Amino acid sequence: MSDALLRRIRPEQFREVILLIVTIGLLIFFWTQIPNYFNPRSMNRLTTGIPIPLVVAVGQVLVVLTRNIDLSVSSVVGLSAYVVGTLLEDHHGMPWALAVALCILLGLVLGAINGTIVAYGGVPAVITTLGTLALYRVVLVEISDAKTVTAAKLPTWLTGVPSKNVFSVREYDLRLLVAVALVVAVCGQLVLRYLPFGRRLFAIGSNPDAARVAGLPAKRDVFLAFTLCGGLAGLAGFLWIVRFGNITVAAAQGLELQVVAAVVVGGVNIFGGSGSMIGALMGVLLIEILQQSLLRWQGVNEFVKDAILGLLILIAVTADAIILGRLREMWVRTRRRDRARELATSPAPVPEGAAHGT
Amino acid sequence: MARDVARRLRSWEGLLFVCVLVALALNITQVSNYLTVTNQVNLFQLGIEKAIVCLIMTFVIVNGDIDLSVASMMGLSAALVAYLFEHGWSFPLALLVALAVGLGFGIIAGYFVAVLGLSSLAVTLAGYIGYRGLAEVLVQDNSVSGFPTWFTDLGQQGLIGKVTFSIILFFALAAIATVILHFSGFGRLAYVIGNSKEVARFSGVSVVQTKLAIFAISGFISALAGILITARLGAVRASTAQGYELDIITVVLLGGVSIFGGVGSMVGVLLSIYLVLNIRNGLVIAGVTGNIQTGIIGLLLILSVLLPNLAGRVQDRLRRGQTDPGARVPPAGPAEPSPSQTAVG
Repeated sequence: MSDALLRRIRPEQFREVILLIVTIGLLIFFWTQIPNYFNPRSMNRLTTGIPIPLVVAVGQVLVVLTRNIDLSVSSVVGLSAYVVGTLLEDHHGMPWALAVALCILLGLVLGAINGTIVAYGGVPAVITTLGTLALYRVVLVEISDAKTVTAAKLPTWLTGVPSKNVFSVREYDLRLLVAVALVVAVCGQLVLRYLPFGRRLFAIGSNPDAARVAGLPAKRDVFLAFTLCGGLAGLAGFLWIVRFGNITVAAAQGLELQVVAAVVVGGVNIFGGSGSMIGALMGVLLIEILQQSLLRWQGVNEFVKDAILGLLILIAVTADAIILGRLREMWVRTRRRDRARELATSPAPVPEGAAHGT
Repeated sequence: MARDVARRLRSWEGLLFVCVLVALALNITQVSNYLTVTNQVNLFQLGIEKAIVCLIMTFVIVNGDIDLSVASMMGLSAALVAYLFEHGWSFPLALLVALAVGLGFGIIAGYFVAVLGLSSLAVTLAGYIGYRGLAEVLVQDNSVSGFPTWFTDLGQQGLIGKVTFSIILFFALAAIATVILHFSGFGRLAYVIGNSKEVARFSGVSVVQTKLAIFAISGFISALAGILITARLGAVRASTAQGYELDIITVVLLGGVSIFGGVGSMVGVLLSIYLVLNIRNGLVIAGVTGNIQTGIIGLLLILSVLLPNLAGRVQDRLRRGQTDPGARVPPAGPAEPSPSQTAVG
């Protein structure tokens, strides 16, 4: 690793570069293996799989950054999709904005319950959300009375939405739902980058004790992160209604695993404190490419899906711990050397405290 | 401080004991001759595999870690037995392979946690997904049955009188686990590491070996539990034992083991196992559906951490009020963990 390169990019950014290389490598590999791999139909199918996990992943990043985890998202998606889906069946005249708002509101409430227990009750996030993962699903099963929402009974305006395009280049479409999810991800990245709330999430995750001692409202921010995560899962619930139409009590079951895998693979540190929405987007993309391409690849059966997800998490977490640790060391060493050289050549008096600063 | 913790512990177990008595009393009034051997054997049989895994999970959590992968490992070991059996392997060999795979994956997980220092949450989450995925690869959407009769008999019929092999094994393992946790150096190490990994390392405690051993045994015991459930049910699907981690972790935390590590006792966990078995039984008698039962277990999981936290906070406030109402001491101690602290150190 050359010094010049280390001066340009921070170690955390290597992660995204590596991920990009892996993704491109994967695309090239499947292109050589599967005839007519990049045909428009398959590519469109690939992109339409992205919105739901991406929106949930954006919320999950907020939570994971604070050194927590939300396993209950799949039940939140299922519950909000089912409740609002049932309402839509009975009230065809409901405006779409109200349906979206209801989904988000329900998600916010469920997320706030998680947030209250974790932030103010002092219960670890794994325990809390393992419990609410079960609890929210139980509520869904109870209220459903073993009925399912069917696409045929939903208002007609809904069924047309999934095939709406923002624009298309030749036959490659950018679907409306994909665009919405991308907008959510970009907004999430802006929040992380420029809002004080976003910066505080990094601080809390890097060192919870230091953040508290420094006077940051750590409890409130953790609560907010969980609430927002719930709200985004609620929004994903609406996307679920739109995309699938048929909603059973098992809707979205197992989605939390895909999302956590995507977030971790996307380089969001499970110990909190580092990560980005861009990384999460690439994690979602990578997993979607793998899952859909494996289905098309001869000789692989559909059952390997989960085994690969588990392996991906392990690789990502290990690579994070080992490779990034080493990169960070090299980065710090390069910086120190530069600083030392600067001090040696400059005749100006050494400013106070410069020797400690890195 | 130590005496304080001990007193709180004693009262927690006392509370559990009272709860067990109440649950027992309710069950006895509902079912005539509830306390007969047959009824008690049936009671234990229904959750015996989970009970066995609870024993090792106690070590994992006391040690300050968590293992989310146990239920998936049970499923994988069951699937492996089924797969090898279908492919004409000799049955005892298939069982040995399943146990070896459990131990092997346990060692791998332990290596990642203990040697590489990764979070046990992340590593076992990977196992949780990955092991289940492997089980799906092996069994796909089939249901495998037709195992040798000696094997299913071992799971379903009494070995000594009406008491089955699994129950005898559970009590034997419970005795061993109690001795190891409370009366051996290894057990003390688990507490020391659970209290503070840093302090343990600086005191020259072999943190790596202890953690590695605990995760290895956790994998092995989970694989064993997977074999036992195969014997009891006589059929294997890819979803065998799915969702059991909820019950197992709930029982251990309800037993007074602190999710932050370093606190808990085997007596509490054993009481908690019996309590949850009785609660489930009582709910079945009352005609409560399996779905609601799951909800109650989920609620118990959260409450078993939340209530002691809140109680500790109230106690702290009272004590501060008594000694020096003016002083604003920052709260400390296991009763009031920091909000964003995770289960893993």
